[in-house]
Amino acid sequence: MKVITTDVLVIGAGLAGERAAIASAEKDLDVIILSLVPPRRSHSAAAQGGMQASLGNSVKGKGDNPTIHWLDTVKGSDWGADQEVARIFADNAPISMREMAHFGVPWNRVEGGPRDVYIKGKKTTIVEDEAKEGLITARDFGGTAKWRTCYTADGTGHTVLYTMDNLVVQHGITVHDRMEAIRLIHKDGKCVGAVVRSLRDGEILAYMSKATVIATGGYGRIYGESTNAVINEGTGSWLALQTGVVPLANMEAVQFHPTGIVPTDILVTEGCRGDGGLLLDVDEYRFMPDYEPDKQELASRDVVSRRMKEHMLKGKGVQSPYGEHLWLDLRHLGEEHLTTKLREVYDICMYFIGVNPIKELIPVRPTQHYSMGGIRVNKDGHAYNMEGLFALGEVACWDMHGFNRLGGNSLAETVVAGMVVGEKIADYASKTKLLADVSLAENTVQIEKDKIANMLNNTNGENVYKLRDEISDLLIKNVHIFRTGEGLEKAVDGLRGIVKRTENVQVKTDAPGMNPELSQAIRIEGMAKQALLIAEGALRRTESRGAHTREDYPARDDANWLNRTLARWPESQENPVFTYEPVGVLDLPPGNRGYGGGQQIDMKESVEEYNTNVDSGQRAEGRIDPSEETGKRLPKEAWKEVK
Amino acid sequence: MGRTLTFKIFRYNPTKENDQPRIDTYEIEETKRLNVFTALNILRETQAPDLMFDFVCRAGICGSCSMMINGRPTLACRTLTSDLPDTIELYPLPFFKLLGDLSVDTGVWFHEMAEKVESWIHTQKEFDPTAEEERMDNATANKIYEAERCIECGCCLAGCATIQIYPDFLGATGLNRIGRFLIDPRDERGDQEWFELVSTDEGVFGCIGMMACDDVCPKDLPLLEVFSFIRRKLSGIALAKDK
Ligand SMILES: Cc1cc2nc3c(=O)[nH]c(=O)nc-3n(C[C@H](O)[C@H](O)[C@H](O)COP(=O)(O)OP(=O)(O)OC[C@H]3O[C@@H](n4cnc5c(N)ncnc54)[C@H](O)[C@@H]3O)c2cc1C
Ligand code: SF4
Ligand code: SF4
Ligand code: FES
Repeated sequence: MKVITTDVLVIGAGLAGERAAIASAEKDLDVIILSLVPPRRSHSAAAQGGMQASLGNSVKGKGDNPTIHWLDTVKGSDWGADQEVARIFADNAPISMREMAHFGVPWNRVEGGPRDVYIKGKKTTIVEDEAKEGLITARDFGGTAKWRTCYTADGTGHTVLYTMDNLVVQHGITVHDRMEAIRLIHKDGKCVGAVVRSLRDGEILAYMSKATVIATGGYGRIYGESTNAVINEGTGSWLALQTGVVPLANMEAVQFHPTGIVPTDILVTEGCRGDGGLLLDVDEYRFMPDYEPDKQELASRDVVSRRMKEHMLKGKGVQSPYGEHLWLDLRHLGEEHLTTKLREVYDICMYFIGVNPIKELIPVRPTQHYSMGGIRVNKDGHAYNMEGLFALGEVACWDMHGFNRLGGNSLAETVVAGMVVGEKIADYASKTKLLADVSLAENTVQIEKDKIANMLNNTNGENVYKLRDEISDLLIKNVHIFRTGEGLEKAVDGLRGIVKRTENVQVKTDAPGMNPELSQAIRIEGMAKQALLIAEGALRRTESRGAHTREDYPARDDANWLNRTLARWPESQENPVFTYEPVGVLDLPPGNRGYGGGQQIDMKESVEEYNTNVDSGQRAEGRIDPSEETGKRLPKEAWKEVK
Repeated sequence: MGRTLTFKIFRYNPTKENDQPRIDTYEIEETKRLNVFTALNILRETQAPDLMFDFVCRAGICGSCSMMINGRPTLACRTLTSDLPDTIELYPLPFFKLLGDLSVDTGVWFHEMAEKVESWIHTQKEFDPTAEEERMDNATANKIYEAERCIECGCCLAGCATIQIYPDFLGATGLNRIGRFLIDPRDERGDQEWFELVSTDEGVFGCIGMMACDDVCPKDLPLLEVFSFIRRKLSGIALAKDK
């Protein structure tokens, strides 16, 4: 068996993984990055719209600061976020954007003087401050008080990832691409590496490390209909769940993006609406202002998606062979804007659905897009219950997003967490000794080899593609935007059955090498089990919060549900275990978001009482104590200074 | 509508003992707005479980899925079958190392290209987290973005005659990358350094200028302009040296 050792093993070469790897390389640690695909093909490259940071350079962002960004983020989360983590994020986001500028991102810049823009459906002239000429500019995104989303046309993820990967090359960091981590190597609550399958030749090998970092992005493909890349199958979160002790948090918190195009589910960015795009119904009537008079098309994503669905349920959707949809209207933005600032959007519409957005309406509907939940970590990014294991980026539940993340906050999270958590990882690895327990590695490798042999030798088992389709079908039908107890029970029952059937998968071809069917088969158990956590978490949570909407429990219930769901799957047990912990220290007391409507049930205890239980409640769930005391980074009542 | 499509696909698994390169033929019914991404997945799931190919974003953004489709290098995910005849021939992209069937190793080549052209901002300045960002005018930012739009799909190398003769040639994508840093005011590399990078056979003079690359680039990068910009810049440097 081949064993490769390193100080820091980073699983995932998207923005989060690469930024964290750089932090360790800067401390002269040995780093190896693994990725399913060449780093620049990671899904971060597909992000179009931009990244939020309160630089406040555009005139429409004037007076912005981290406190306002933090406020928007906490409200956006429907108070499900860890407010301290949201603060760490908001405070560091401007630094991260400037850092990326220093390293080469060609951010769009302020051009002083007047320019025409569309705001709330009206053409308006704004005058950019000449004194800010040449500083990083911003566009409007949903759920924000200011224009705060930094961008490079509509290729933001691409330029930031290319810049980041340039740094990885510059630092000489080792990258092993076409490698898939399939199991963690751990013992007595300590992680010492991972078992990895080569997608080049099928070899199974072991990597052993002082610190192991999961930065594998989202799991959207479990839903089938998703804006996510086809490689986003939840393999990283499965690594954590598979340990039996590390919890996945808030898996029921799933974001549906308002504008996936029909068919194909490819995303067109929120920047479309930020730049003035409108949502229209079957009568080409603009309906959002009726529901959300203040924020209109730019309420938070959970709200816009819900309103779209609501409107379609009223019979106002457009019928098509691919199902019901609404329209996105960009025609008024004009050719110049659509072929420069929204050029990817233009290309996608032209190539994939044959629609010219300069002249025609774009068919859109809410589509699975992002997972707020993921591997539960403390504020240092250290996983619960597992020393030496870290997670960051979309796969983690660091928890600045709670039950709904704002557009532009995820890409920004990857680089901020990469910087902040990256530092903690480097600190940890610097003071840890490598535990090269080769027999432990061998035993763990053997588990995977046996599993694979079973699947290849099975002559009368399940077809993996069929299982995959059944999983997504149950989720799409029952665990979508509007959820009911009845539908969720159906999903949970169905998924329990599928989880069992994944034990009996048959792989038809024993072709050596990448063997794509075997690759899918290796992933299917994790996909089924995570689907079940999503459905069961949603069934148990009898309230509506952020993106989690229960028709039978329409109120946000702070008396009973101001908490975070934690789900573990203890080894060789048939069912997962659900527990709950406090969301974190509260500074902004739960209140009204100012959009989205909906009722609220007040907390039973005072904020002070709630806060005294945070540490004990989280420790009881296996939180490793972070390097600094809880709440230290959260300035008291700074929000009171915001008008 | 209602066409039966015939896919003739290059098959070869280098990890399989005694496997021979061959063309396998498959048939599927065409559906509305079918693209090669969907077609290949249907084939894999119903007829050829070991068929290897690469897709990631399936949205024409990530550059993973380039292959030869009826003789032309292009992105498979955004190629609609309705734009093709009844018979569709698929070959892997030439020049790159073959991993199996339609899958080639573009990642390693592009990584090495990035190393060769030192694809990063060369600067003596340290990042200061407390300072305002350095200013740049928006027109310059847009120009850099224009060059930065390359998705490393490799299509330009598939059609390039020069790279067949000089495997070390940087190709249109490599020259484009050099152009990207040349126009970036943050990069402090001097004339001499640029000159050494591009004045060899591997650099811009290797190129015979038939512009096959410009024709096939799926991102419509203005490669022609990039080359003439680099040439102008270089002859400027060369002239200055002669003096
Ligand atoms: C279409 C689209 C557009 C978006 N636009 C925006 C936007 O404008 N603004 C915004 O803020 N957010 C946006 N998002 C969200 C944001 O892009 C993602 O959340 C973010 O890029 C995730 O980054 P990451 O580094 O966590 O993961 P990724 O970039 O997805 O990287 C994951 C990495 O992990 C690797 N990997 C996965 N599993 C394994 C394994 N088992 N073994 C080894 N390697 C593995 C992959 O190869 C990859 O390198 C968008 C998302 C989508 C889908
Ligand atoms: S113009 Fe130059 S780089 Fe482009 S294909 Fe021809 S020889 Fe190659
Ligand atoms: S220059 Fe164009 S064809 Fe060449 S790799 Fe880049 S995007 Fe592809
Ligand atoms: S799959 Fe990304 S470009 Fe085709």
